[in-house]
Amino acid sequence: MSVLVYIENWDGKFKKLSFELLSYSYGIAKQLNTSVVALSIGNVAEEELKKAGNYGVSKVISVNDARLGQLVNQAYASVISEVATKENASVVVFANNMTGKAVAPRVSVKLKAGMVSGAVALPVSTEPFIVKKKIYTGKAIASVAVKSAIKIITLAQNSFGLVENPAEVTIENHTPALADKDFATSVVESNKQTGKILLTDAEIVVSGGRGMKGPECWPPIEELATLLGGATACSRPVADEGWRPHHEHVGQTGKIIAPNVYFAFGISGAIQHLGGVSSSKVIVAVNKDKDAPIFEAADYGVVGDVNVVLPELIKLIREAKGQ
Amino acid sequence: MKILVCLSNVPDTTTKIRLTPDNQNIDVAGVQWIINPWDELALSRAIELKEKNPAVIEKITVITVGNKDTEPTIRKALAMGADDAIRINAEPRDAYFVAGQLAEAIKSQPYDIILCGIESSDHNGCAVGAMLSEFLELPSVSSVSFLDAENGTISLNREVDGGYEKIQTSLPFVAVVQKGIALEPKIAAMRGIMAARTKPLQVIEPANIEPLTEVSAYELPAAKASCKMIGADNIAQLVDLLRNEAKVI
Repeated sequence: MSVLVYIENWDGKFKKLSFELLSYSYGIAKQLNTSVVALSIGNVAEEELKKAGNYGVSKVISVNDARLGQLVNQAYASVISEVATKENASVVVFANNMTGKAVAPRVSVKLKAGMVSGAVALPVSTEPFIVKKKIYTGKAIASVAVKSAIKIITLAQNSFGLVENPAEVTIENHTPALADKDFATSVVESNKQTGKILLTDAEIVVSGGRGMKGPECWPPIEELATLLGGATACSRPVADEGWRPHHEHVGQTGKIIAPNVYFAFGISGAIQHLGGVSSSKVIVAVNKDKDAPIFEAADYGVVGDVNVVLPELIKLIREAKGQ
Repeated sequence: MKILVCLSNVPDTTTKIRLTPDNQNIDVAGVQWIINPWDELALSRAIELKEKNPAVIEKITVITVGNKDTEPTIRKALAMGADDAIRINAEPRDAYFVAGQLAEAIKSQPYDIILCGIESSDHNGCAVGAMLSEFLELPSVSSVSFLDAENGTISLNREVDGGYEKIQTSLPFVAVVQKGIALEPKIAAMRGIMAARTKPLQVIEPANIEPLTEVSAYELPAAKASCKMIGADNIAQLVDLLRNEAKVI
């Protein structure tokens, strides 16, 4: 028996998300009295693979095949299912990110394994196997019992944190059986920004709403984000008006984020918006309307004009940081 | 080409969620039901494609797993512009059950493009589309933010961290779509609403599939501590609290 965790890499590197998944998987393995096997697909150097050992992983299986350099849902699902069977995995863990959402459900069908998507904590019990997840975008929580022999969990990002458990780790290279029919899709062109902090990874997110008045009022939002090493975001009306690109939209139908701190400037806090940000550890809201619903979700609130408060906040944070 | 759009019937996204007294269910009294927002965008894009390329897209079918009380939602999809509908007569139990039912219902009926929303706004499972593609052994493209079928040539973008990729796929395929696929949900016109009443809605009985998960209890999140208000003339205090109390900056 084992707990298998798929850890994604970005240009050969793991991220905090990968280590959070390892920490979580180690927690499950302890509950089940078994060990964690991590699976990496793609070209990742041995030195990077060994980092998994910091989080209690005893074995890393590395699948490095040129055909798997890009995410191909069917092929990845086949490889992960094959390794899960080989390692006699009783639990398979993924991130609840774009890759996890694309691949985990396919593995679920292949292994006839019940799936809990967006788990927020370790299983409440393992016999029966019950895991909690948020539903209705955080408006309720469901305890989901998985009845199949193999269980699949996708972990909500930033819900578990990092737990170090240094272990002796072995790296095993594995050559999977790949079938041509699993390569029916391919990437023909890639358009990616590099070097910018991704919204879903950012520990600090600075966001603006319609109360910002217009796209020309965004430089201070960007300035504060840069100052704090964070990312910028916006509410849905702002994206719909074209003031900001759609990929910055956070909310129920946009991106769901869980940073350490979320700054909401001129955002009233419609229930759909709160759905996307309510998992933030701390919410700071600035709004001229004292009755805005954002203050019900916020930890710190300022009733005032964003165009006055924001520059003052930037100035004081600069001073506090000695800049 | 034939397009199939899978629909989920969900509570309106502004619904305040309450539980039944035994915490075994969501209290649905007074809830307004809608087409899941991502499915609605998927359908809207399918209709746009058919309007732009009537010679290419011959038919749009919608399908849902649900009891008879989901029919108003299905009629809404027909009013928006779907040509016909299938209802699999069962209470949706989990993602595996729903995807399995959809697969059984359509495996003998060829569709070229199958569209599913990336998640449903009720259980936020993000699973049915990809599970369906696996049941049918079809390729799936996930996080699709652009789809076109100009002159019968499929162009697809999938969103990835920090950008997007153009994807090539064989047909038929499943596209799991997200926001951006259509800018706005299509609004049903009066003529569409009238026409929807007589469009075909086929009801089929479910296949024998066992769900693999079940919800054992529901709970509501703990109430949040009240917001600490800081005067607009005292931003220094806010900075101090963020640095020394919350320790987040």
